[in-house]
Amino acid sequence: MQASAVIQSENLTKKFGAFTAVDAITFEVQAGEIFGFLGANGAGKTTAMKMLTGLLSPTSGQGRVAGFDVFREAEKIKRNIGYMSQRFSLYEDLTVRENIRFFGGIYGLKRAEIKEKTERLLKELELESVEKQLVKSLPLGWKQRLAFSIALLHEPRIVFLDEPTGGVDPITRRQFWEMIYKAASDGVTVFVTTHYMDEAEYCDRVSIMVDGKIQALDTPGILKKTYSAESMDEVFLKLARG
Amino acid sequence: MQAIAVQNIHKSYGKVQAVDNVSLEVRPGELFGLIGPDGAGKTTLFRIIATLLLPDQGSATVLGFDAVKDYAQIRRRIGYMPGRFSLYQDLTVQENLEFFAAIFGTTIRENYHLVKEIYSQLEPFKNRRAGALSGGMKQKLALSCALIHQPELLLLDEPTTGVDAVSRKEFWDMLSRLKALGISILVSTAYMDEADLCDRIALMQHGKILSVNTPRGLVESYEKPLLAVRTAGMYRLIQDLREFSLTDTAFPFGEYLHLTTRRRVGEEEVVDFLTRKGHENIEVKRAEATVEDCFMALMQE
Repeated sequence: MQASAVIQSENLTKKFGAFTAVDAITFEVQAGEIFGFLGANGAGKTTAMKMLTGLLSPTSGQGRVAGFDVFREAEKIKRNIGYMSQRFSLYEDLTVRENIRFFGGIYGLKRAEIKEKTERLLKELELESVEKQLVKSLPLGWKQRLAFSIALLHEPRIVFLDEPTGGVDPITRRQFWEMIYKAASDGVTVFVTTHYMDEAEYCDRVSIMVDGKIQALDTPGILKKTYSAESMDEVFLKLARG
Repeated sequence: MQAIAVQNIHKSYGKVQAVDNVSLEVRPGELFGLIGPDGAGKTTLFRIIATLLLPDQGSATVLGFDAVKDYAQIRRRIGYMPGRFSLYQDLTVQENLEFFAAIFGTTIRENYHLVKEIYSQLEPFKNRRAGALSGGMKQKLALSCALIHQPELLLLDEPTTGVDAVSRKEFWDMLSRLKALGISILVSTAYMDEADLCDRIALMQHGKILSVNTPRGLVESYEKPLLAVRTAGMYRLIQDLREFSLTDTAFPFGEYLHLTTRRRVGEEEVVDFLTRKGHENIEVKRAEATVEDCFMALMQE
């Protein structure tokens, strides 16, 4: 295994009774890489992500995330990764500023550090004028950008993004991807799921899960060549039904 | 008679103007797409057309009936699939379908031909509780329940949100077949690539309709000079092209970046600029606009 790998998964498997949700997946994700994690609904993506983020103990196999073991050090993994999903990320009934302070506290940042980061983040995101507003009153695109920045507040080496761009307009969606590019160029590893196949093209490498297995894993360019496809959409359509 | 005719509809929630003077017509037998991001007002408009919400101003007729006065007539004739899964989670697959058939005074057997193709995929699980179905199967069951009373008009509010690309394609294939049976369909989506599968589309943002057109007509009406650009690294390409003096917008579109410019520029001008910036493997070509390009251009007007 390479030293710079931030995710190392070797035959990670999760069974629920007789059903194998994730079936011996083996892959590595390198530091600073944007890694697209694709698959049809029910292919096992969510279960795999839960194992990699320390939320679910694997049945068998081996895995390390951000330097910690997925079996024995799940709590350390949770503290050392960033996580954002479309469904849950921010507290809607807290203000913008309160959300930042809350998550800063959860991740164990010092008070002075939280204060300094809050000011910088409000400025960078141009949210200064709405800092005292409840998060639920913000447009979806602003929430998503705020959620992403908060996921990076404790400067994790890796951030997991679960369908981060659902439902926003095409400009906001692209602005979000520029934030992803920027984070990656700062050395943060980005692990992202999406149903937008154009976004698969923005990833350095893409894996496609089918029936619990990783069926394909490579750069978008090589995947398109391998499957004689014009777009990642076509690659996905060829593979995803198994 | 239009399947749907909406005239100057307004609807506010407190200070939020959810639907702002919207007029729209859906022709009989048409597959009409309402395209826009979350918060555009799509669901509010759907609820008004489905007679579940009263507009503040304006009028709507659905299948020739007034959406306020004749709501009972309309409800009997439409099939409505709300954005949020609204079936009975504690009933089984079959019980849900039987229930919806019964309240519309029909039976599964009577209209089985309408749902056969969709429902047959669910039949192996017909004794499973609806709450325990996967997302894709819930969506198929919801569509079956919306169809079982043989509606003349289907209202589908974001049926494909959160659904993977393969299942979305299957869902749209089903819609084409329902259209072929003569059912008029109004469907909303935030996925702009689905627009191409509609007969006509309305682009919606901030409660307003930005444009109504056929997908073909929309992209042909695009007037900005548009180039597709590709180099070895997308992030650096975006940053550098933002500094190019003729750039209007520079946004990634899959493997290419779409560049709109203030005036028509030759491909070689862009190549020269990027070469000076040290880019490699530069490819620049004229691009045909997509529905997303059009939406972005209209948003910025």
